[in-house]
Amino acid sequence: MKSFNYHAPKDVKDASKLASSSSAFLAGGMTTIPSMKLGLASYKDVIDIKNIKKLSGIKVSGKTVTVGATTKHVEVATSKDVKKAIPALAKLAGNIGDAQVRNRGTIGGSISNNDPSACYPSACIALNAVIHTNKRKIDAEKFFTGMFETALKSGELVEAVEFQIPEKADYQKHPNPASRYAIIGVFVAKHKKDVNVAVTGAKSCVYIDKDLSKKLSSNFSVSAIEGTEVKSSGMNSDMHASAEYRANLVSLYTKKAVEAC
Amino acid sequence: MASLVGSRVERKEDTRFLQGKGRYTADINIANQTYAVFVRSPHARAKIKSVDTSKALKSSGVVGVLTGKEIAEDKIGGLIAGWAIRSEDGSEMKVPANPPLAKDIANFVGEPIAVVFAETLDEAKEGAEKVKVDYKVLKAVVDPAEAMKSEAIHDGVDKNLCYDWLLGDRKAVDEAFAKADKIIKVDLINNRLVPNAMEPRACVVDYNTASEEITLYTTSQNPHLSRLVMSAFGGVAPENKLRVVAPDVGGGFGSKINVYNEEIVCSWASKKIERPIKWVAERTESFLTDTHGRDHVTHAELAVTNDGKFLGFKNETIANLGAYARVFGTVTPTYLFGPCATGVYVIPAAYSNVKAVYTNTAPVDAYRGAGRPEATYTIERLVEKAAMELGMDKTEIRMKNFPTQFPFKQTLVHTVDSGDYVAGLEKAKQMADYAGFEARRKKSEANGKLRGIGVSSYFEACGIAPSAAVMSLGCGVGLWESAEVRFNPTGQISVFTGAHSHGQSHDTTFAQIAADELGVPMENIDVVHGDTDKGTFGMGTYGSRSLTVGGIAIVNACKKIVAKGKRVAAKMLEVNEDEIEFKDGEFVALKSNKKKTIGEVAFACYLPGQRDEMKSPIPEGDEPGLIESSFFDPANFSFPAGSHICEVEIDPETGNVKVEKYTAVDDFGRIVNPMIVEGQVHGGIAQGIGQALHENTQYDETGQLMTASYMDYTMPRADNFPEFNLGFTCTHATSNPLGVKGCGEAGAIASPPTVMNAVIDALGGQEISMPATAEKVWKACKSIKKSNAKAA
Ligand SMILES: Cc1cc2nc3c(=O)[nH]c(=O)nc-3n(C[C@H](O)[C@H](O)[C@H](O)COP(=O)(O)OP(=O)(O)OC[C@H]3O[C@@H](n4cnc5c(N)ncnc54)[C@H](O)[C@@H]3O)c2cc1C
Repeated sequence: MKSFNYHAPKDVKDASKLASSSSAFLAGGMTTIPSMKLGLASYKDVIDIKNIKKLSGIKVSGKTVTVGATTKHVEVATSKDVKKAIPALAKLAGNIGDAQVRNRGTIGGSISNNDPSACYPSACIALNAVIHTNKRKIDAEKFFTGMFETALKSGELVEAVEFQIPEKADYQKHPNPASRYAIIGVFVAKHKKDVNVAVTGAKSCVYIDKDLSKKLSSNFSVSAIEGTEVKSSGMNSDMHASAEYRANLVSLYTKKAVEAC
Repeated sequence: MASLVGSRVERKEDTRFLQGKGRYTADINIANQTYAVFVRSPHARAKIKSVDTSKALKSSGVVGVLTGKEIAEDKIGGLIAGWAIRSEDGSEMKVPANPPLAKDIANFVGEPIAVVFAETLDEAKEGAEKVKVDYKVLKAVVDPAEAMKSEAIHDGVDKNLCYDWLLGDRKAVDEAFAKADKIIKVDLINNRLVPNAMEPRACVVDYNTASEEITLYTTSQNPHLSRLVMSAFGGVAPENKLRVVAPDVGGGFGSKINVYNEEIVCSWASKKIERPIKWVAERTESFLTDTHGRDHVTHAELAVTNDGKFLGFKNETIANLGAYARVFGTVTPTYLFGPCATGVYVIPAAYSNVKAVYTNTAPVDAYRGAGRPEATYTIERLVEKAAMELGMDKTEIRMKNFPTQFPFKQTLVHTVDSGDYVAGLEKAKQMADYAGFEARRKKSEANGKLRGIGVSSYFEACGIAPSAAVMSLGCGVGLWESAEVRFNPTGQISVFTGAHSHGQSHDTTFAQIAADELGVPMENIDVVHGDTDKGTFGMGTYGSRSLTVGGIAIVNACKKIVAKGKRVAAKMLEVNEDEIEFKDGEFVALKSNKKKTIGEVAFACYLPGQRDEMKSPIPEGDEPGLIESSFFDPANFSFPAGSHICEVEIDPETGNVKVEKYTAVDDFGRIVNPMIVEGQVHGGIAQGIGQALHENTQYDETGQLMTASYMDYTMPRADNFPEFNLGFTCTHATSNPLGVKGCGEAGAIASPPTVMNAVIDALGGQEISMPATAEKVWKACKSIKKSNAKAA
């Protein structure tokens, strides 16, 4: 690891002042620290945001659940409020990686990193989330722009994620047996008007499967999507899973999610 | 006094390990130490055109930089292959030089080229980045099956072939096959595994400029052997000027048998730079450079009669040695594999032919089971397939071919002293509720799942020792073991062993057997190992040999203590020696019933005073003190055996395989500590299930290791296993006085075929290769569905 300056500001203002093109925010460190150790990334300044109180915590209103950026996966997984309002979100958080990762990893780190096989991004787009940053509010569907890429500008800090509470939802995941990231994750959310089927792990970036979403919007049942072919073209093919296998899992887990709703 | 042998004594070592008090090599720091970082080849095969160290030498904190040039100039020897194997045509095996730092050519990703020493670890890393190596990248040879057709990677090693070895009689096999009703054939890949000891390799070297002695603290399974090799072949220092200490070691599984490049380089360099040196591998370095295991490509055939009798067996295997032949690298796929490939069966004719090839991958060496898992996988897949093709019950076909007489002269090499294979399989069937399987299968089917059951009956040759045998098979050293028992004046006992514990619980097991022999509480006994300055000598721990060889040396040394004690007690009690009986720690004069405890006798041995009335307790011809040693060389290997049964359930939609039930019945002879033995079996089964379902080492075609971290290499985890159902049968080994057989590797030997047989059973006989990952199984399920649809 290359040496760097460590900062631990107490508020967002100080954090953003410190930010530059050669800095990184440090949340749970589950991605940042290994990449620094392996020499894949190096920064002049590392800005630890865990001391900023305002960034942590869960708030539930009538229509939304807002999760602060530095809220850990374990906190979402065990929150009574989340379990009541969006049980699928608690389930998702409870199945991320392993206990050690859940005890440190944060929602802000997860979505800012936008790993193509991370779980949270699928919840964000399925639950029509709004990402609050220190500069603006961004709709989830515009936030995740590509592999490890987001709409965040240099130095922009995620403060919270505001999820819309659906009528029903479920998250199904086929874990990578080694890392336990998602080989495939499917988040199905039934809102008042329509249904979102968000898929992670399959392609370079999380996406909504429009075909499945449309069919389920008009008839929210397994029979509505029975026989629907999920195309493997454009899907990832690597040593862990072929595109063909991933396509099979997307269709299978969508059904499972609908069943579980 | 109740015997400690046979009881579930809690592990002495648990206190320190569970409280984080273990002292590992990386915990050792020496004043004024420097930190070593190795510059490693990023290419699988490349000529080293030049190494420029000038920038690195100027880098902040750097104390020294050394390369293959300097180590060659100092005539430091390289790494060695410990066993000489001959080809079928009588020619010697071909072994390329393996210098500690590659000078002219690099042959696998991670091979060390240079080393940088600096005041801090970060400075050493920084310095290492500044070493400029100019490579000419060459086309790598990666696939073992293709190696013989590829360009030779080592000078003088034609076709990349180390040897083409044959054991058995081809003609007899041909004749047997001509008489067969059916020939069963399998093509198997025994997947390469990364050992993944929890503690990465490390070394700390301290050169004493005054005594000129080098002390090497290292993660070794066999410190004495390391010293011998480094001294005799490496020329690092004479043996009396080299002390090797292997303190607590966090797992080895075979990967810490070898003396590695880093240990040789740091020992040599510490003397050169006159500073202590510390090196600790990062996990990536472990993945890249620890010796790997398995990696066979096998075609095997079994000739059978229609009623299920085995007539003949043939085995054609290509074994991947990786880039270099290491200590057990050449024997693992030959004598540790071939003889066991006929399994627990009477097979009148058999041969094993093994072609060992070099490739541009990490060297392959012994890994838990070493050769015997590969052997068991070969024969047990064949037997299971034979049962399927003949329409016989899979246990019946096994029973039918088990030997009934012991000693059992096995087709190739071994004479198995004792065993009862029928009893083991019967017990396993009963414990696994084999009879109730069909009902469970139907239940799974009703839930849309496929259920399969698999059996594997194994035997293995372990307790690797008999010097006469191993040396006749090509071993470069005798594999006896030594012990010394020091009865200290105040009654505590230090037991020195040449074996080394890195997870085997010797502190406990060895104390149990010594306590029984000497009739003293176990708490009075300390087991000392892992330091060439403390114990006499020893060959270390691998091949399930610690108890069957090292343990017996302890027993024999204890017997010598008791024998001397008897003579001393007789003198003290003023009776003849033959009137003394030793029991429960007391020497009793049978007639008078006067007694001396062994503690009193020991005390007397050290204080042979002759004042006033007091007479010396030391009989004429004896010396003071109570210290005895023994070197034990058994008459034979030990042959544990058993039968395992596994049940899996497959979800055809995802291909996920769930191990539902796992039953293991093993015969380890007399068991010293059942709890420790169960722990060994658990670990072995876990590793075997890992091999069968999860672990897969993948190189791409350029020789880059794609599975070089836990993000990509699937280690099995607790939630991958059901509760293991363990049982034991017992026939005593006749080759040692305790009647014990090795237990450390059996779980890893028996389990891969057990699991794969169950998976393949669930798939209706459709063969797939290890590891049976979800995607592979899903594809197999799809093709079954297709062919079923066609049939309908
Ligand atoms: C073994 C393992 C298994 C895992 N399994 C899963 C899984 O199953 N599913 C899953 O979804 N994830 C998984 N993860 C990812 C993990 O859950 C974390 O979410 C992820 O590593 C990043 O979160 P973090 O809080 O640790 O962020 P960090 O590592 O601290 O930061 C990650 C990146 O985000 C930036 N960042 C952090 N916080 C903010 C912020 N508030 N605003 C702007 N930028 C920010 C950082 O600068 C950095 O670039 C796994 C990780 C590991 C190591």
